[in-house]
Amino acid sequence: MNIIKYIIQKEFRQIFRNKAMLPIIFVMPIIQLIILSNAATFEVKNIKFAYIDNDKTSFSRELVEKFDASNYFAVLTDFPSSKIATSAMLNGKVDVVLEIPPNFERNLLKEKKTDVSLTINAIDGAAAGVENVYANQIVKQFNKKAQVRLMQAGNEMKKLQTIETIPLFWYNETLNYKTFMVPGILVMLVTMITLFLSGMNIVREKEIGTLEQINVTPIKKHHFIIGKLFPFLVLGLVLLTVGLIIAKLLFNIPIVGSIGLLYLYTVVYILVVLGIGLFISNFTDTQQQAMFIAWFFMVIFILMSGLFTPIESMPKWAQVLTEFNPIKYFVQVMRMVMLKGAGFTDIYPQLIKTFAYAVLMNGLAVFSYKKVS
Amino acid sequence: MSITLRNISKSYGPAKALNDISFNVEQGELFGLIGPDGAGKTTLFRILTTLLIQEEGEATVAGYDVITDYKAIRNHVGYMPGKFSLYQDLTVEENLNFFATIFDTTIDENYDLIKDIYVQIEPFKNRKAGKLSGGMKQKLALSCALIHKPKVLFLDEPTTGVDPVSRKEFWEMLKRLQQKNITILVSTPYMDEAELCDRIALITDGQILEINTPHSIIDAFPKKIYNVRASETYRLIQDLESYPNTHSAYPFGEYVHFTSRHSNFSPEDLMTFLKGKQHTGIEIFETIPTIEDTFMELSNTNTLATNA
Repeated sequence: MNIIKYIIQKEFRQIFRNKAMLPIIFVMPIIQLIILSNAATFEVKNIKFAYIDNDKTSFSRELVEKFDASNYFAVLTDFPSSKIATSAMLNGKVDVVLEIPPNFERNLLKEKKTDVSLTINAIDGAAAGVENVYANQIVKQFNKKAQVRLMQAGNEMKKLQTIETIPLFWYNETLNYKTFMVPGILVMLVTMITLFLSGMNIVREKEIGTLEQINVTPIKKHHFIIGKLFPFLVLGLVLLTVGLIIAKLLFNIPIVGSIGLLYLYTVVYILVVLGIGLFISNFTDTQQQAMFIAWFFMVIFILMSGLFTPIESMPKWAQVLTEFNPIKYFVQVMRMVMLKGAGFTDIYPQLIKTFAYAVLMNGLAVFSYKKVS
Repeated sequence: MSITLRNISKSYGPAKALNDISFNVEQGELFGLIGPDGAGKTTLFRILTTLLIQEEGEATVAGYDVITDYKAIRNHVGYMPGKFSLYQDLTVEENLNFFATIFDTTIDENYDLIKDIYVQIEPFKNRKAGKLSGGMKQKLALSCALIHKPKVLFLDEPTTGVDPVSRKEFWEMLKRLQQKNITILVSTPYMDEAELCDRIALITDGQILEINTPHSIIDAFPKKIYNVRASETYRLIQDLESYPNTHSAYPFGEYVHFTSRHSNFSPEDLMTFLKGKQHTGIEIFETIPTIEDTFMELSNTNTLATNA
């Protein structure tokens, strides 16, 4: 016990004595949290919109005004011909072009039917989809108004039959993107810091030669490993605390569920990450190698975690792979507990899987750590 | 018997690092492993300190087998690797405390053993190890290796990169430790340090050339050895190599050490030869052989034997 205590004490001393370490551990994640949470948003706003009005009637003007009134579209220009509009889109000056055909108003009045053409820059497919939906909503609204006017003008009295959907956004009523992103980014930060620090820590002792010195002592493997990893568990939890405080104070993210449950899960989760870090350091000889391998896993874990892109839309094989991604579970638990107020039984499957993962990784790490080369 | 090795071999891929090494070290002996870089000294240390497993042969340290009883060995040996490997960001005292703790002891418990050494660095006990001078680092490393009162001490090139004064002090410390009945196995590439050991093993290319006391090794030198000097040393060596009676000629300090093929060699003959080659300021006189001469002689015949 005394030995573990002394190793832990030594690790903390070394961490706090390293002048570059404290900013890396605390300042960098905070800056990242603030920047990323504000910047990493999928909301599509200020769409560069242009139109070609071949009709120039009160109807067509009204349609354009509707686009203008919308928050999503920034009406840029009115192009005289579709040729100029096309070249503007090629230059990236506009992303959405609406073309109103000649005789728009007349056809609408006479035949009660007309078409408009909508051209969308679809290089970013997700954004193009969203833009399409926004544009359609506006055209639909216009349609409804036009029908009312047609009815007044028309001879036949026809009762309007419309079904309207009124969406209710649960757990994030205002569709605030930050509410969705902040818990996820917090997960990323806790994982990154604990993985990198633990992955490089033992390799560092290899590099400076102290590991060899320690290996000739009678110290027990598990004493050494526990002593080494415990400080990073503490650091991870401190980081989570700092992150949660920022989330609450700065972003006003709701924390509906139990904080205790969140910490319980985080402890188990950090054990997984530390196990992976230790495993990496057993198979590398320099901090540089360890860093690259840690990055390799980090990038895959983050991009396949459901943090930025939904797992449901990945191909089947990728979805199977995500089962082995600890970040996925942490992101789920974090969002469930913080936003939905999930209880112990709700996160039980994730907790069990993470726990099994922790046992496996740490088992492998202790097994592969050899005092003899 | 404190250390025994029987037919130890170890190779890294095709390169043989150690080839059939056998020797014994007595309890309380100061035993030196003398050889150039790459001779296999560090590999031998790593096997004896249970950091590496040999391919063939058996070895015991303090009566324990290096493979089956490696745990017991780790309690009874102190190891000072060639490279300074303490925590540079911890202070002198913290380093010592750390090693005391992982050996489950305290500084106070074995203070008498390290006292002589530690008093010299105690004034700097709050300084970080990385900020110490070379000699100080070495004293700290030795203190850390001794803190658990080991029966056997392994020192891998402890004086490499240390100034001559600190080197001399260090060997005096080793002599004092020997009085306390600690067996010491020390390796060094410096031949002058060899004479301070009780017995030495000359090692090169993973093979032992000779094991004996430094005195016997010098006495066994088979030839008369001459110091030769002339104003142009480089040309002197070249000309000596072309001299028909030359057995060996290599630089040694300000002189060239020369041995002849024949026992009835006369220095006058060489003098005439060198004068014929327009050398000036020639000096030739007999000198006493050193460990280095023996080493050169033995490794020469060894290479000849392997090449033949």
